[in-house]
Amino acid sequence: MTNLSKQDALVQYAAQIGDNGLIIGHRMSEWCFRAPSIEMEMALMNCALDLIGQARELYTYAAKLDGTGKTEDDFAYLRDEKDFRNLLLAEVPNGDWGDTIVRLFFMSAYNKLFFTALTKSTDAELAAIGAKSLKEVTYHLRFSSEWLIRLGDGTEESHERAQKSVNDLWAYTGELFTMTDGEKMLLEEGIAVDTAALKPEWDQIVTDVLTQATLSRPENNWAHKGGKAEGIHTESFGYIIADMQFMQRRYPGCSW
Amino acid sequence: MSSAAANFDPDVIWSLLEEVKDPEIPVLSIVDLGIARAVQDTVDGQLEVVISPTYSGCPAMYMLEEQIRETLINHGYPDPVITTQLSPAWTTDWMTEAGREKLTAYGIAPPEKTTSNKSVLFGGQKKIACPKCASTNSEQISEFGSTACKALYRCLDCREPFDYFKCI
Repeated sequence: MTNLSKQDALVQYAAQIGDNGLIIGHRMSEWCFRAPSIEMEMALMNCALDLIGQARELYTYAAKLDGTGKTEDDFAYLRDEKDFRNLLLAEVPNGDWGDTIVRLFFMSAYNKLFFTALTKSTDAELAAIGAKSLKEVTYHLRFSSEWLIRLGDGTEESHERAQKSVNDLWAYTGELFTMTDGEKMLLEEGIAVDTAALKPEWDQIVTDVLTQATLSRPENNWAHKGGKAEGIHTESFGYIIADMQFMQRRYPGCSW
Repeated sequence: MSSAAANFDPDVIWSLLEEVKDPEIPVLSIVDLGIARAVQDTVDGQLEVVISPTYSGCPAMYMLEEQIRETLINHGYPDPVITTQLSPAWTTDWMTEAGREKLTAYGIAPPEKTTSNKSVLFGGQKKIACPKCASTNSEQISEFGSTACKALYRCLDCREPFDYFKCI
């Protein structure tokens, strides 16, 4: 681990940020034609498109740094489960509308802080992607916050279900603030974001919105970890890449 | 912006770029939208057009790139370089005045002139003028519309729904 070169760490870093966007974006796209109303569907598809677009920029950069002739598609379609280093929160199944909104809310609150910090990276390309992405995830945070407030402060049933979503997904939020060895190395160079330092502000955003939503914040701090640091995923992850990579696995190099 | 020995006239190139329209909003060219950022020559003396994407996932970008290439090739510039530039990030402030007028005439409310609102929650929703009757008595129906760059509004006077080009 510690003999990781800076170059490898940077490829890994760009790809792992991209993994978050691709995987949660893919999850959200599973709502296509299934959302409760057309406005909700358009919103989710728009957000998914932003996130997958961000992933493309990051994979393109990772491929360029990698220098072995790979493209963004190699990162999305030809890596195996263990190579994906997304946060486990990104891959959690959609569940009901409340689960999807809470997942997007937790992730967007993190993304907003993360990309704000990334704009200050000493790596110019990452800083540029950060600035571009920040505009988009700010919208996602607003959209998901409004929905969470509507659900929490809505009917008795929507309140109960939203609270259950918050409770169920809470255990996936601890991983957001962990740091891998590669990230620690890049942090010293001013390249990577100090994710551990984002926690107080994330807590503030989450507490504010949960309070407005009349929802309570879970006290338990136990966390699922392993996606980002080791590529150890939840059971549901294999189904995502089976779906996403099927065409390239069955018909290598196919295009249209 | 290097060598003066360019074998093209930038004004001519800019006018050719005016012919490349946004596939979703065909009244607007990539110049009107502020997507085309620069016309310059590379160190190797090739014609280079620099473009900035509107949204990260905008599916029109690849198509626009191909259209720029095709337009230039058809006008005798055989091997143009199209470079995508992310920084500074595209903003609706780059839309030209002519672009804003064309957008309104097409039935889409142009973006507010100020840069994006910083407040996160329920971020200061302003009154948007209806492109049909100009009334500002309007309300937002959906923050997300048919493309990444638009939101849906409704005029409360003439009752027409309309697209609003979001300010980012």
